[in-house]
Amino acid sequence: MPSLPDMGTPDVMALARAAADAQPHHDDPHVADPHLADVALRPAFFDWLCRMGDNALILGHRLSEWCGHGPALEEDIAIANTALDLIGHAQLWLGLAAEVEGQGRTADDLAFLRDTLRFRNVKLVELPNGDMAVTLVRQFLFDAWAFGMLRGLTASTSPRVAGIAAKALKEVSYHLERSSDLVVRLGDGTDESHARMQDALDRLWPYAGELFAADAVDDAVAAAGIAPALSDLKPDWQRTVDEVLAEATLTRPEVRFDVHLGGKQGRHTEHLGFILAPMQFLQRAYPGASW
Amino acid sequence: MYAQMVKSEGTAAAEMSPEERAFQDRIDRGEKIEPRDWMPDGYRKTLVRQMGQHAHSEIVGQLPEGNWITRAPTLERKAILLAKVQDEAGHGLYLYSAAETLGISRDELFDRLHSGAMKYSSIFNYPTLTWADMGAVGWLVDGAAIMNQVPLQRTSYGPYARAMVRICKEESFHQRQGYAIMMKMAQGMPEQKEMAQDALNRFWGPALMMFGPSDKDSVHSAQSMAWRIKMNTNDELRQKFVDETVPQAEYLGLTVPDETCIWNAGRGHYDFAEPDWEEFFEVLKGNGPCNAERLEARRTAWDRGAWFRDGLNAYAEKSAARRAAAAVAAE
Repeated sequence: MPSLPDMGTPDVMALARAAADAQPHHDDPHVADPHLADVALRPAFFDWLCRMGDNALILGHRLSEWCGHGPALEEDIAIANTALDLIGHAQLWLGLAAEVEGQGRTADDLAFLRDTLRFRNVKLVELPNGDMAVTLVRQFLFDAWAFGMLRGLTASTSPRVAGIAAKALKEVSYHLERSSDLVVRLGDGTDESHARMQDALDRLWPYAGELFAADAVDDAVAAAGIAPALSDLKPDWQRTVDEVLAEATLTRPEVRFDVHLGGKQGRHTEHLGFILAPMQFLQRAYPGASW
Repeated sequence: MYAQMVKSEGTAAAEMSPEERAFQDRIDRGEKIEPRDWMPDGYRKTLVRQMGQHAHSEIVGQLPEGNWITRAPTLERKAILLAKVQDEAGHGLYLYSAAETLGISRDELFDRLHSGAMKYSSIFNYPTLTWADMGAVGWLVDGAAIMNQVPLQRTSYGPYARAMVRICKEESFHQRQGYAIMMKMAQGMPEQKEMAQDALNRFWGPALMMFGPSDKDSVHSAQSMAWRIKMNTNDELRQKFVDETVPQAEYLGLTVPDETCIWNAGRGHYDFAEPDWEEFFEVLKGNGPCNAERLEARRTAWDRGAWFRDGLNAYAEKSAARRAAAAVAAE
């Protein structure tokens, strides 16, 4: 390969590799994990890993739609950064899902070659960005859940799951700090920003409950000690949400929060198809191509 | 890159005041000019134009590549592209901040961009039509940008030179990732190779135009070079770019869309055809393929974000007032 101009840095690629090597390996495939050989658990474990991966992938995808269109340069950068973290989490969760499945698929195969019925994310994360109020409230409701979930997962009986959770938790802690802060500032900002945030909250609230709606898959991974029971995460989530909303002068909606369910089982909103169409276009149009 | 046709204003040597003479002497000695130092009005104005245009190019430059983030073909490519476009926003931030040291706010610069009073590099008025364009933009557009920006690390205005050091490091990564995409495409399926060649065909001319008009037609170069705001002539940089890029294209098995582009052993350089300057001036006037879309996207983002910025400002004022009230109550 002909030399590309050097920027005064000795060898940027070598530096990047060294930096990557210096980081602890959070998903080390050589770590022994008894759950990976548990055939009876496999379908539930795979499904649950797809839920974790798809939540990150679809929310990351939605956030990435803001890139270049944010309301302020700093926000543009912060949103892209959050999206980047989430895409990274999706790679890890879906990579482990593919490994657990044992059918020779990869994280990319799962992301780009499943149709809507096979996606396992909650409906909340696939809802359109709307204005920045919708994007931020959606992010806050999700971050508060993800924080509790990942914190619980660091004590998982699956060392592979615990490893991924430890990495993701550092980033999600920051996401939660940022989304909470912005919810407070905009809730207690101008009349208009307050109204927009309250509208967004009223609109999204009925989707939040799906994060806690346990089914047989959740029960199986909880029973195996892989993940915390969803009901155990709820009190902390409610406390965080109540505290932030109070400081933001926003009112928690009185309506039920578990109205829109089914995403985790593959019954999605109309919106998911419109996310997958562009996302999967190249892989579908040129099967087997290397990119 | 990213700054082209910047109008400069200066004074002929014979008419220089003692202050201007001393200022020019500092520059000639290679000293950096810092924000609090005395500087001629023309130097300040020219820098504001150049750095502002450069900053605008970074953020408008997010758009053609941002197009493909949601369509990136693998998770890794998606992450790399997202990181890259985020870097461009970061470059915009450094440059707006550096421009602020000259006494112009980011909001004022945005106003001038949105009103059309200030330009951005016309390369971003070309569309990105296939995934290979993500390769071509990184390889050729960032490659051309690097040619311009590496010398600017030694430019006379301290904040600009320092911003450029960071930017250049990141641009180097960008060019490499673009070239890596081109390699995959050029070695891939026939359809991928076709996309790669097509991307080179479309971006070659516009990339050459990024260096600005030929030196003989470049009216503002001399003063900017005396001030060390501009370090090399347009034609020097264009030649350097062609000399580096042609072998890279050959390595990919792609053909530069210029039949006259051949090695000239006598000159020790590649000969090449001038890009279509008529097209360049048309794009500059607003008649490029995507001028309207790009400016519209920036204006829309700004207008739709007004309530968000106002909300944050209102909160900041309220919390400052609350802190002040609490301090009074504590006394």
